[in-house]
Amino acid sequence: MITEFSKAQNQIKSGQATVKSRVEYFLKRIEEFDGELNSFITITGEEALKKAEQMDTLFSEKGEEVFEKMPLFGLVFSAKDMYLTEGVKTTAGSKLLSDFVPPYSSTVISRLTEAGAILIGKTNQDAWAHGSSGENSDFGVTKNPWDKSRVPGGSSSGAAVSVAAGFCDFAMGTDTGGSVRLPASFTNVVGLKPTYGAISRYGVIAMASSLDTMGNFAISSSDSKKIFDIVKGQDGFDQTVLDVNGAAPKTKYTIGVPKQYFSEGMDPSVERLVLDAIEKISQMGHKVVEVELPSTDYAISAYYVICPAEVSSNLGRYDGVRMGLNRDAFGDEAKRRIMLGTYVLESGYVDAYYNKAVAVRDLIKSEFEQAFSKVDLMLAPVSPTLPFKLGEKSNDPLSMYLADVYTVAINIAGVCALSVPCGFSDDLPVGLQIIGPSFGEQMVFDLAQSYQEATDWHTKSPKL
Amino acid sequence: MNKYKTIIGLEVHIEQNTESKMFCRCSGRYFEKEPNSNTCPVCLGLPGAMPFANRKAIQNTILFGLSFGCEIAKYSKFDRKHYFYPDLPKSFQISQYDLPLCGEGVCEFGFGKVRIKRIHQEEDTGKLTHIEEAGAKSSLVDFNRSGVPLMEMVTEPDFTSADDVVTFLKYVQKVVRYLGISDADMEKGSMRLEANISLSPDGSLPDYKVELKNINSFKFLKGAIEAEVKRQEEALNSGEKLIQETRGYDQVRKKTVRQRVKETASDYRYFPEPDLLPIVLTDKDIDEVRSRLPELPIAKQLRFESSFGVSVQYAELLTEDRDKADFFEHLVKETKLDPKKIASELINNKNYEGVSSVEEFKRIFERENPTLESDIDLITGIVSKVLEANQDAVAKYKAGKLEVIGFLIGQVQRELKGKADPAETKKILENLLS
Repeated sequence: MITEFSKAQNQIKSGQATVKSRVEYFLKRIEEFDGELNSFITITGEEALKKAEQMDTLFSEKGEEVFEKMPLFGLVFSAKDMYLTEGVKTTAGSKLLSDFVPPYSSTVISRLTEAGAILIGKTNQDAWAHGSSGENSDFGVTKNPWDKSRVPGGSSSGAAVSVAAGFCDFAMGTDTGGSVRLPASFTNVVGLKPTYGAISRYGVIAMASSLDTMGNFAISSSDSKKIFDIVKGQDGFDQTVLDVNGAAPKTKYTIGVPKQYFSEGMDPSVERLVLDAIEKISQMGHKVVEVELPSTDYAISAYYVICPAEVSSNLGRYDGVRMGLNRDAFGDEAKRRIMLGTYVLESGYVDAYYNKAVAVRDLIKSEFEQAFSKVDLMLAPVSPTLPFKLGEKSNDPLSMYLADVYTVAINIAGVCALSVPCGFSDDLPVGLQIIGPSFGEQMVFDLAQSYQEATDWHTKSPKL
Repeated sequence: MNKYKTIIGLEVHIEQNTESKMFCRCSGRYFEKEPNSNTCPVCLGLPGAMPFANRKAIQNTILFGLSFGCEIAKYSKFDRKHYFYPDLPKSFQISQYDLPLCGEGVCEFGFGKVRIKRIHQEEDTGKLTHIEEAGAKSSLVDFNRSGVPLMEMVTEPDFTSADDVVTFLKYVQKVVRYLGISDADMEKGSMRLEANISLSPDGSLPDYKVELKNINSFKFLKGAIEAEVKRQEEALNSGEKLIQETRGYDQVRKKTVRQRVKETASDYRYFPEPDLLPIVLTDKDIDEVRSRLPELPIAKQLRFESSFGVSVQYAELLTEDRDKADFFEHLVKETKLDPKKIASELINNKNYEGVSSVEEFKRIFERENPTLESDIDLITGIVSKVLEANQDAVAKYKAGKLEVIGFLIGQVQRELKGKADPAETKKILENLLS
């Protein structure tokens, strides 16, 4: 399959483009269109151009072997501002860290760079990854390139937009409750939420440590797979990472459709497009069956206990003593989660809240395990709605939390999922969620690739 | 006679001497290093940094637990203990809450049993220094120590006197030094102590306890406990109600002083550390650590007494540290000398200080214990010569003044440069004089 990555690399190989000319092209696009979209917080143009020149020299000296040694040679990427980048400002979307320049880089960034990818900038996001729309950034909202009056989804809002708007070849985001899949779905790109423990979190600002995963955005699922294969695996810094070879791809899959994922309140046009996609996959020769995930309704509640508990712990270090601004620079949502998290961990309440939520987590995990004992993969919507209007939910935290109703359980279960474009309603994109078991990424990518080969939704790009 | 029963329980922190810190690759040896030179993103608690548990430190804690007869948990985990303090960069300490690595254990002492409640693994904090420069006060923080592995041992309230506490703690110190897992130096802070003290009129556990903290020598510890017991006794006698509080020791005034009153139980908001995996141990894992367990000081001391006939005091002194005990045993084996003689030489004679080889020991031993001349013919020859030269002494002896024999022995020794066997010389003299 001709992917965006192979197209780009073929251009370099054939001399149609140089690494530098590609970086220049992206920088020009960013300059032209990102003023309005606001997907970047920091653009690392100068460093990127310097690196590109070095790489062009390397290619002229070594020839095509550089592509074997560096599988991402010449590809340009952006990273959500949660990823620490040595010498490059890293804000987590919060003004509290507006002048924080990290002394080290995250494992993911180091691995991508070693594989030949070039960082073009750090992308906008909901502050501390708290949010589902991108509106909770201290650096201004990011707009959806498909309709600039709408949100791109969050919290990895800028990362998704940077790929959807053609500002780079791929982007790194983080997914704790849906923060890669939701914006991927809202912007018509592929978005991976990997298995918890597949990719090192070292050097990425922690939101909720037991749920955080290092996801990516790309146009095609095989490109997403390529990124995943580069960044996954143990690094000696994140003890929760395991080197596991998950289930291998098959020619025919048994695919479950969890009926709890087609609930009331779902936008009928979203439901229609997702059901069409499921039908299409069934026609491709896969066996589609209904499965049960009975505790789905409790996922959001459990999530909004476990997540704030860990947030309150992880944000304690931002006390203004050694880095960043004082605590009053935290926004409302961060304060809300710190207070909520502090409360649910207090000795008088820990059993009623935190420990109960952990019990729900165990239950949800076991339900996923049970489902995956019967099926290889599952299909579900990513979001119950189309991309919503800017401001529509920003003053109503509860309705904002519900945007993640179909994504959070996957984080709680620790399994993997991919959002893949499956159509448009009123010119707004909709994503299909392909859910795999723990370390089942290769199956997920495989099904997504054959679906993308059979459809052309992902080839459509927004008019900027 | 005290009408109250003293009840003391202990919390002992011991800093391990591992090569690297508990959760990062920085050196575990921070002593006297340039401030903040022994740090990395992990022990500085920088954004994005994550802990990675030190296997060796965990094994050391298991070893420590085994040496106190503790039950080793097959499943334990790390928890986050939250509090704000400038020397705690993450705003939480990684510790163990409800599932410690080592559970209950028991140790027998002359004064009775000490029950160990638990031993758990945690990490040390940074160090604050408060300074005043040109009239301006400031606090400096050094993170070199941040993340160094710590073991915390908690005992049941099984102590009734300061002396028993000191005996126990000296034993704890001896054990960790035997195990080679810490230098357990109270002055350097690698062994830290908190004593929870209360007085009970009827032996039952009272509803308060006073936490005595920041004591950095055995000497002060004894003074502090005794002063605190006295204070509580006087308070109770005068009808005062004692409260839960933390006190320190004023070494000059020999009094304990209030540091902090806990109005409510502190809430550390413990929850399982999501960045670390639970510690799951098999019997094989535990046995592997057990195989590293050396003969412990109590056992060694008893063996020295029974196998070598060494006195209790000498055996205790010889087993004070493992190197000394090993050297003693080595000497017994290599020199074939009387073990009691070796022991008394090593303990009583300053000239052996710093001696570490058999050859060196022998050289000093020979100098200190010259070989005696016992060649009877040689001595007889000298004796005859001496008798010849001291006719008046011979006459006095024969007249019944038997004590002059001492003088004559002395003369013989002079001839032989003190090397004559005194018993043999005396026998020969008596023979020739009779």
